[in-house]
Amino acid sequence: MTAVIQAEHIGKRFGAVRALRDINLRVDKGEILGLIGDNGAGKSTLIKILTGYHRPDGGRLLFDGQEVTLRSVVHARSLGIETVYQDLALVNDLPVYLNLHLNKEPVYRPLPFLRRKDMRRRAREALDEIGIDIPSVTAPVGQLSGGQRQAIAVARSVSSDARLLLLDEPLAAMGAKEGMLILRLLARLKERGDLAIILIAHNYSQVVDVCDRVNLLQHGEITFDRATKDTSVAELLELVHAEYRMGGNT
Amino acid sequence: MSDPVETRPAGPDWAKIGDALWRGLVRQKELSILLVTVAVAIYFISSNGRFASSENYHTIAQYFTPWAIVAAGEVMLLICGEIDLSAGFVFTLAPFILTTFADNGVPLFLALVLALLVCAVIGTVNGLVTTRFNIPSFIVTLGMYFLIEGVSLLMSNGAPVSAPSSGWVVEVFGHQRWSELIWVVVMVVIMQIVLTATRFGIYTQAVGGNPVAAAESGIRTKAVKVVNFAICSTLAGFGGILDGMRTGSFDPTNGGATTMFLAVAAAVIGGTALLGGSGTVVGALIGAVLLGIVFDGFNIQGTSANAFDVVLGIAILVAMLLNVYLTVLRKRVSR
Repeated sequence: MTAVIQAEHIGKRFGAVRALRDINLRVDKGEILGLIGDNGAGKSTLIKILTGYHRPDGGRLLFDGQEVTLRSVVHARSLGIETVYQDLALVNDLPVYLNLHLNKEPVYRPLPFLRRKDMRRRAREALDEIGIDIPSVTAPVGQLSGGQRQAIAVARSVSSDARLLLLDEPLAAMGAKEGMLILRLLARLKERGDLAIILIAHNYSQVVDVCDRVNLLQHGEITFDRATKDTSVAELLELVHAEYRMGGNT
Repeated sequence: MSDPVETRPAGPDWAKIGDALWRGLVRQKELSILLVTVAVAIYFISSNGRFASSENYHTIAQYFTPWAIVAAGEVMLLICGEIDLSAGFVFTLAPFILTTFADNGVPLFLALVLALLVCAVIGTVNGLVTTRFNIPSFIVTLGMYFLIEGVSLLMSNGAPVSAPSSGWVVEVFGHQRWSELIWVVVMVVIMQIVLTATRFGIYTQAVGGNPVAAAESGIRTKAVKVVNFAICSTLAGFGGILDGMRTGSFDPTNGGATTMFLAVAAAVIGGTALLGGSGTVVGALIGAVLLGIVFDGFNIQGTSANAFDVVLGIAILVAMLLNVYLTVLRKRVSR
């Protein structure tokens, strides 16, 4: 089985700082990979390389088995690499259906007028398909809860021809109930079978619940790679915190 | 949406209608300001016999049309998070540009088109300086405000000149009774359609509502802003030409800061958020009509013109408070 994305010996320096050294990582179709690690371990840098924001200094990226150089975020997106950022990229004053179609609005060609009815229908279908329960697609996004907004941000990323979905701490600052909404959504997306997902999270019990495999990033290297069924929250916690205990005095 | 099925066929359910009206009022800012406007009109009609006449309605239209057409452009800019302080003086300047072209033998209609093009260029400069150098539009257009004021005074030598007085262009663009009002209403309708029914309108709202999100989705946020600056200046210039043609005189004291600030006031009273993201052009028109009615009503009643500013000030403050309050209410209604 070829991985949707595979990183081989990826390195990245910022001046004197080696943010990433020799990263090897792969995600398969229908797989959710949990990426954990302490702040400053290099998670954001790695994500930014996979989305085409940063260029790696060394190593290579394979997309569907083919070597690629991601020239820009737009280029990555054209390949089907979508990102859901922490800062929700939604416009609060606009209704749900316009947010889902932002910059992809259909019009009555050759006239420049928006096909609002079509957009409402498609938005409803897209949300139903991935099982997101939003009372009304015409409600402004600003009136929805944090979990619903995050769900819409995810829905927007996957409504196109997404192949790889990157989620940067989608569960941060979210209550348990809201978090469940997103976890259930990720489980539904996994069922689609053709999508690879990388989830960055700090809540290890959620990682163990929803991810198939977990990678631990420490000081720019992946130091641990295991199926979640073969590990536990306690082990992950122990791994992350072990290095701070060894010195003995903190 | 699943409404419970009505089981008993009763007469009009007043509670339900009241509830629907209340929800509508909260949802649609324009509806509340429209009700206020109608109420104020009814007050003046019933309290003074001279108010309800075709002649007086024409007078009211003369007051509010300049504010409304400048406001139509300002609404677009306010929604995308910018403002144009120079629009009032573009209103002042445009007729003199037209005169310059006409005096040099350019046919009147072409002179009008060229004058509007110059206005569009002024707006484009405002937009480019604001977006390329990341300077707040408040400062950029403050500079343009004085620059254009100075240019209008230089071009006019500080004195009014007579407007062209014959030909179809003069009749169509302002001189015919009500033609100024008709043009302004047409412009407002066009801009409202642009705002709500085209991709450009959605981009304008997105750019003001969440610039990062708009940029991330691939919208060219700077271009959207520049086009809106150009639209605002062009509409202001068109308003100035219409107004000059109507009065038969191009006057360097027309327009200016008063027209610009009243236009912004009309926009705000009509429900446009000063920090961007939401608003409607029709709301601004209704806001301008309301201001026109109050201004005219006070004149007829013999109330001091200074009282108008007091009412205007209170109206702006109340409108802003209402905007904040309605946002809270709207959240509750939609839950």
